[in-house]
Amino acid sequence: EIHIKEPIEKEVNPHLLPGELLLCEASTVYKYIQEDGSNRGTYGKLVCTNFKIAFLDDDSTSDDNEPQFKNKIVGENDITLQCVDQIYGVYDEKKKLLTGQLRKYPEKLIIYCKDLRVFHFCLRYTKEEEVKRIVSGIVHHSQTPKLLKRLFLFSYASAAPNNTDGRNQTVMFDTLEDWRDELERTKGNVKYKAVTVNEGYRVSEKLPLYFVVPICVSEESILKYDGRGIPIWCWSCHNGAALLKMSAFPKEQDDITSQTQKAFLDGIYKTISKAPYELLKTDDLSSSLPSLQDIQTAYTRFKQLFLIDNSTDFWTTDVKWFSLLESTNWLEIIRRVLKKAIEVAECLERQHTNVLLIEESATDLCCVISTLVQVMMDSYSRTKSGFQSLIQKEWVIGGHGFLDRCNHLHKSDKEEAPVFLLLLNCVWQLVQQYPPAFEFTETYLTVLSDSLYVPIFSTFFFNSQHQKDTNTSGESLKTQSGPFRFLTVWDWSVQFDPKAQAFLNNPLYAEKPKPDKSQRKTARFKHQRQLSLPLTQAKSSTKRGFFREETDHFIKNILGKRIGKFINSSDEPPSSFREFYDSWHSKPVDYHGLLLPRIDGPEIKVWAQRYLRWIPEAQLHGGGTIATAAKILDLMEEVRSLQVKMDEEHSQAVSGDVHSVPLLRNSARLSSLFPFALLQRQSIKPALPTSTWKDLEDEDDLVKRDDEFVDLSGDMP
Amino acid sequence: QTLKDGTNWEQNEEIPRLPGETRVTDKDVIYMCPFNGPVKGRVYITNYRLYLRSVENDPVVILNVPLGVISRIEKMGGASSRGENSYGLDITCKDMRNLRFALKQEGHSRRDIFEVLTKYAFPQSHNLLFFAFANEEKFSENGWMVYNPMSEYRRQGLPNERWRVTFINEHYGLCDTYPSLLVVPYNATDDDLKKVAAFRSRNRIPVLSWIHPETQAVIMRCSQPLVGMSGKRNKDDERYLDIIREANGQISKLTICDARPNVNAVANKATGGGYEGEDAYPNAELFFLDIHNIHVMRESLKKLKDIVYPHVEESHWLSSLESTHWLEHIKLVLTGAIQVADKVSSGRSSVLVHCSDGWDRTAQLTSLAMLMLDSYYRTIEGFEVLVQKEWISFGHKFASRIGHGDKNHADADRSPIFLQFIDCVWQMSKQFPTAFEFNEQFLITILDHLYSCRFGTFLYNSESLREKEKVTEKTLSLWSLVNSEKSKYTNPFYTKELNRALYPVASMRHLELWVNYYIRWNPRIRQQQPNPVEQRYMELLALRDDYMRRLEELQITNNSKISNSSASSASPSQMMSQVQTHF
Repeated sequence: EIHIKEPIEKEVNPHLLPGELLLCEASTVYKYIQEDGSNRGTYGKLVCTNFKIAFLDDDSTSDDNEPQFKNKIVGENDITLQCVDQIYGVYDEKKKLLTGQLRKYPEKLIIYCKDLRVFHFCLRYTKEEEVKRIVSGIVHHSQTPKLLKRLFLFSYASAAPNNTDGRNQTVMFDTLEDWRDELERTKGNVKYKAVTVNEGYRVSEKLPLYFVVPICVSEESILKYDGRGIPIWCWSCHNGAALLKMSAFPKEQDDITSQTQKAFLDGIYKTISKAPYELLKTDDLSSSLPSLQDIQTAYTRFKQLFLIDNSTDFWTTDVKWFSLLESTNWLEIIRRVLKKAIEVAECLERQHTNVLLIEESATDLCCVISTLVQVMMDSYSRTKSGFQSLIQKEWVIGGHGFLDRCNHLHKSDKEEAPVFLLLLNCVWQLVQQYPPAFEFTETYLTVLSDSLYVPIFSTFFFNSQHQKDTNTSGESLKTQSGPFRFLTVWDWSVQFDPKAQAFLNNPLYAEKPKPDKSQRKTARFKHQRQLSLPLTQAKSSTKRGFFREETDHFIKNILGKRIGKFINSSDEPPSSFREFYDSWHSKPVDYHGLLLPRIDGPEIKVWAQRYLRWIPEAQLHGGGTIATAAKILDLMEEVRSLQVKMDEEHSQAVSGDVHSVPLLRNSARLSSLFPFALLQRQSIKPALPTSTWKDLEDEDDLVKRDDEFVDLSGDMP
Repeated sequence: QTLKDGTNWEQNEEIPRLPGETRVTDKDVIYMCPFNGPVKGRVYITNYRLYLRSVENDPVVILNVPLGVISRIEKMGGASSRGENSYGLDITCKDMRNLRFALKQEGHSRRDIFEVLTKYAFPQSHNLLFFAFANEEKFSENGWMVYNPMSEYRRQGLPNERWRVTFINEHYGLCDTYPSLLVVPYNATDDDLKKVAAFRSRNRIPVLSWIHPETQAVIMRCSQPLVGMSGKRNKDDERYLDIIREANGQISKLTICDARPNVNAVANKATGGGYEGEDAYPNAELFFLDIHNIHVMRESLKKLKDIVYPHVEESHWLSSLESTHWLEHIKLVLTGAIQVADKVSSGRSSVLVHCSDGWDRTAQLTSLAMLMLDSYYRTIEGFEVLVQKEWISFGHKFASRIGHGDKNHADADRSPIFLQFIDCVWQMSKQFPTAFEFNEQFLITILDHLYSCRFGTFLYNSESLREKEKVTEKTLSLWSLVNSEKSKYTNPFYTKELNRALYPVASMRHLELWVNYYIRWNPRIRQQQPNPVEQRYMELLALRDDYMRRLEELQITNNSKISNSSASSASPSQMMSQVQTHF
């Protein structure tokens, strides 16, 4: 349990977390309600702590309207320092980006958040001194470079009472045991082994403490190039084919080094090409997928479409909405990534071929693709704990540089790229295409994406396991010594009470048949995977000669002498892909088997919940998917109470293993933005487009005609 | 193999036939399926449909196309054409697909099938009757009974002290495209109506469509005033509009919504039409709703078809979609309807809606606004009434817009106005998935039979013509089919809510292309059927009912003091997990 200090006096004081310090504050700040362009709002205090920026409503009596879905750590008017995207000052109606030192202080402050909230604060009625302090304080603490140890994570961990609640079902992959269990679960242990060679990080600080490699790979070869050029196991398919990843050698090399590296790789491949391994296909993701830079550029443009200042802004952009969306390229990137994941799945599933993903450091697009492939092929990854374990395996322990990619420390904009968000966006496409296949909801994905910016969990605030380990045990901080006890984001009780947590569970989830009741009680779930759709036998025989060429090609590529694109990396997928895709889609869906996303243009959608949730104009009063979801939840509750009644009639104990169902108040009138609708418009006035007209350039003569040409002037009597 | 010999297909039970449907011809063809490549099959043509069954494919490829959907039949290739499958027929359909059949270049095989198809697909051009007149189906419900104008007006609380029913148009003497029964202001005499008719295009005078039960504000519909270049005025029309304004007991102005873009309304003056000028109608407020004409809509749909059939535009899907303007037009129509509904509901002002003739854009606007304001129209029967009333009885020119049985495929009168309306309804049902009693299948069925000519419902341009052709006596109503099998068209999530205005958000962020209709022929895009969310809900409903029944049984047995001996019934929690795994 987290202890949250109660304000001592009735005077508005910020709720401070353990270790949270008030840094500066300003009173009589006016916060606009983002609505119809009117200047309605409330007065209050704006404060900045070492954790968050918070607006404290002077008139905080509105507690009776407590939202049903409330974050215990970050309130509706709280912005964690890491969640701040950009800060603008308004000077004489002109917006100016605020970054470092300020000479003049603005009348209005606009804060754009990474979770897409937009706050407008008017400082006109605030004392000048306070304005100076709060504006420079906010800008300094949220926008300027920071030392790792200055993250709130550390103050919180040292001040909070020992609060880790045992272990949840998420596999953390920080022990050898976890890897061995995973190998056993996927039956990968015949050909792959977990190694301890990196204990003490003697191979590499970028690699996890424990990882899995092909059995034939020796310890020396792992040590030789600091773990580079070594295929690292991600996952094994039911047919034995495995998904592997590998970090490439740096490009610029003198001839001698490149020769030895080539020989080294040759050696590695010769060992793997022998039985019992399957054929191997390599895919250099850095050439077959968009670059991190492309991804960052696309997302920067994309999110801009949802950071709406006012109603006029909303309707102006509405006119050219589809072309605006397209010009960001974000949806196209999602499509390409999903397509790549299908290609990999096809190799594994149908061609029984191992797939080796290659990338500079194997910690960005490799994570995206390997995670997606597992979500598509392994139904365990579609349970909540399975998905969380997968994120631990591929991302957290796998060494994705969360700190740099999220630019949490504002060290270098160049390193920033929303790779993890890209993954969540892709998973969301699957979740909305196949609702019964996932144990979690889109709300789960949304709050997971929000948690990227909550620095009380260690999960997303280190670049590697090594970095976390060295900073956990590291030097003592003032009074406290010994290791920090960080929280993991997977302990959802930290952020949400049980009632709110129920919104993370999908009521449509088609649970897998549970084999036997007695087996359920075992300490950790041993998930058996079902075979995916039985497809026609692999045509591997026709591709026998393929391996050598591929290796040569691959080596050339690794050594930086790119001779053009890789096989399969062109935009037009091979016919086997299309055939695989079409044949799968022509059959009924098995929600526990292989799941392939539909990737045609109309199928790739905008994740409305995450991106539209704060925009009042986009709100459907009593509509949206929540309307049907609420009906299902109501009915489930009814069924559950009947069940209880029947158990009573049977004079049996009430069975406790039923999912808790969230109770919705007045569900018929929920906003489509639920559970995030904090800006519920109470009026039933319809939202009317203010600018609808767009020229139909090319149809001028048609436009001018009348429906039917009849001269009516003659009709007059 | 029996099919290949294929002389006696009538013995083959698998080929569906309706009572009254008779075979005409059959032939071996190759169906050039755009998705699966050439398909060898046999095509059967009746007086109602074209039916194709593949002979070699597994699973069997079937085409079942009512001849009514055919818009155009062309011959492709000539007797001398070389190349595989280059000789045959190209069929363009009204429902977003094309069919291509390759034939053998021997004998007169193509000429025969071409002539048969042309004759039965375009009966109007061959002095034949529509299949609807030969259809001998029997249904448990009679759809012609669904709409009775008098009871619909009574449902609205009419007539009352301000509004009266007039029979002035009983024999279509006042206006031949209006229904016989009209509701007009109590204070306007039949004589007044005649005078007003002279000033309204095609005599389509302002009449009541709907009255708000609380504000008493009304939705009126009509055609444009005959203002002309010289800016003519008509005292009777001006006075009539003022009577309408006063009839709701409010002091507010009368709102006039001219559905057209401003420039078009102005341009109409050149041909004698126009709009209500400020000088002549000082107590009215005029808005132009910027909805385009039937030609623009036709072109827009044509462009949409180009990007979805046979293949969905792959690389720039969103900008291609935008360039069709289809959703933009949907947005404008919905926006216009929201404005009308909002004026009547919160603005408490009566609204007069017109375009040029008042049978296309006007029908879209009044019916959509009524759908937003009156929850009755969101039920299956209510929607049928709405379509019968605002579209069929008020003379939307279905025959001209669809081109029923007419070979003139390039007729400029054709336009997907009704389709656009149904699309708007679909958008609303998508945004409010619990507000409509009917499901998507209901809307698709309506559109299918808009073209099929199996029912008399959408035949002919006006009530007077339908009466002349004795449509209700000689044909069946589409609503007979629907109402006899209502569960198939029912939305399980429907939650009845009375008197709740339902305003969709007319933003591109929420408008979607109706994939299940426009791209339904493409097997790659097909959505999961049945919808898993719906299926889950139905299972839960069944489970609840089962529990309630068993609970009742249990209580009875327990009450009769026979303690807990019913070992047969499984524990309810086991039941629960069984259902969850049922997918």
